[in-house]
Amino acid sequence: MATRRIGKSTVRFATPPVIVSAGTVAGPMESRGPMARWFDEVVPDDMFGERTAEKAERRFMGDAVKIALRQAAIQPEQVDYFIAGDLLNQIVTASFVAEDLGAPFIGVYGACSTSVQSLTLASSLVDAGFADLALAATSSHYQTAERQFRYPIELNIQRKSTSQYTATGAGAVLVGKSGGKVRITEATPGRVIDMGVKDPNQMGPAMAPAAADTIFNHLADTGRDPAFYDVIITGDLGSVGSEILLELMQRRGVPLGSNYADGGVMLFKGVRGTGVGGSGCACSALIMEGFVWKKMCNSEIKSALIVATGALLSSLTWQQGESVPCIANAIALQL
Amino acid sequence: MQSRFSSEWHEQEGRCLDYVIAFLVGGAICAIGQALLDLAKMPPAHMLVLFVVIGAILSGFGVYDRLVEFAGAGALVPVSGFGHSISRGSLLEARRLGVIGLFTGAFEFTGLGVAIAVFFSALIALVANPRT
Amino acid sequence: MAEPGAKRHKSDDRAKYQKLASSIVPRPPLARNLAVAFVVGGLICTVGQAVMNAFIASGMTGDEAVGPTLATMILAGVVLTGLSIYHHVGEFAGAGAAVPITGFANTIAAAAMDFKREGYILGMGAKMFVIAGPVLVYGILSGVTVALIKWLSRG
Repeated sequence: MATRRIGKSTVRFATPPVIVSAGTVAGPMESRGPMARWFDEVVPDDMFGERTAEKAERRFMGDAVKIALRQAAIQPEQVDYFIAGDLLNQIVTASFVAEDLGAPFIGVYGACSTSVQSLTLASSLVDAGFADLALAATSSHYQTAERQFRYPIELNIQRKSTSQYTATGAGAVLVGKSGGKVRITEATPGRVIDMGVKDPNQMGPAMAPAAADTIFNHLADTGRDPAFYDVIITGDLGSVGSEILLELMQRRGVPLGSNYADGGVMLFKGVRGTGVGGSGCACSALIMEGFVWKKMCNSEIKSALIVATGALLSSLTWQQGESVPCIANAIALQL
Repeated sequence: MQSRFSSEWHEQEGRCLDYVIAFLVGGAICAIGQALLDLAKMPPAHMLVLFVVIGAILSGFGVYDRLVEFAGAGALVPVSGFGHSISRGSLLEARRLGVIGLFTGAFEFTGLGVAIAVFFSALIALVANPRT
Repeated sequence: MAEPGAKRHKSDDRAKYQKLASSIVPRPPLARNLAVAFVVGGLICTVGQAVMNAFIASGMTGDEAVGPTLATMILAGVVLTGLSIYHHVGEFAGAGAAVPITGFANTIAAAAMDFKREGYILGMGAKMFVIAGPVLVYGILSGVTVALIKWLSRG
């Protein structure tokens, strides 16, 4: 009998673990948006002075990890597990950072939902007594994601009306039994939902049904109303995807109110050339571990539901004409 | 093509009209490309391939030659003109050299451009890095 | 659990969702895109015409001027790519930048710059034509086929 499980798909932590510290590092485009002041480090050169964008991405994740550890005055040796993932093939950024860190490593992949996926695992390990301190981290980089999923950077390509812009940055969050104000109370891992969207320029519309499914399940499992939370934030649906989500929730009889926002829209509001909003692992990580966590530390937000959305496609399958399987992972943070 | 560019044509008004026609025809071809991207939701690579193939086929019917006569660079600069140039070169050389010309002729008009593209792209890549 | 291999969401559910999504997804600004593609594409061709006229003025015939004109435009496309300018033109003008031969040059130069990080042989060397390749392949396939048919039928 699973004692920490409620409803269909939600985990309620017996002794809610806490966020001990978090580190966020953002790139130049992100620093032009309204969220810039919530990031611990802003790097004006997205190449971080490195020769390749892949190395630069590693620096982003490495710095986020360092900041999180420094804030909590924790040595790398004290970290029981490092749980991380990114968008690159074989989650190679996370593996290189894990080698630097030296802690036992659990590599995870949830595309852009990795931020919540890794935090869920970290919280579970701490709550169940497998670890005292678990560190979750994720990153994405505009250049590495373009190279892997789309085209060379200098190629003449016109953004579509639904295109999103991959966030450059990283977030790391240290989870422990005590020593923090923000408690991780529930987590709802999502189901994979594929509604047949094939256009790689339509990630928001592809992911919206997964977000709706997870939010609906989370609320049903916990018996809560959307108004229970001060904020409900999806990871990276963009303005189009979040509009579809609102419509879907309306149709399911659980309309989301003004406490709903999308991380992709928040990150790049008013930044030219970013399409309908940000995307990528860093998008939800920067919002959750920068903006939300810090506002909760200041008691400006008392409860938050973070729903990180991920498009689980590979460049191979979309070239073969397959649709995009999507997921949304939700986690509830409370003071 | 010969008559179009013979010396009588080198008068001022003639050249002015050249530019206007090149602009209109070239622009129209690009606008068709945009319609394929936005309305037919074609990926850019598919659109370019379609253009190069259509250029080659229209060349076979003699249509593209007439378009080039009429619009000059307006027909040659779009990638459909690239298909036409391959087809035309191939045909001219086949008539001159037979089967071998059919293949060497493919690069008669385009070989220079492709070699330049390779050479200078490699050179540029040595000195320039992609910038976000 | 559905049958192995069967999709949990039946096709009519998917169709219904896609209908809903497409009613919310904004349409591309078609009039703007067409106009910009027309003007920018037209301007690039006008520049091409100027180059061509210059070659003809230097004594070439129309046929002789074709190669050097295309080559000059290709060189311009490569240089503008190296200066990180051409992708902005593409972002602005769509097909107006992609369809002219300068756009073809851009695909080669952009790939060369991007993939050199994976080495000059297997990166830049192998992947330079990753986008331009199909244009060359189908250009040659269709061009040679058309020429063959025409040559055989009329000699």
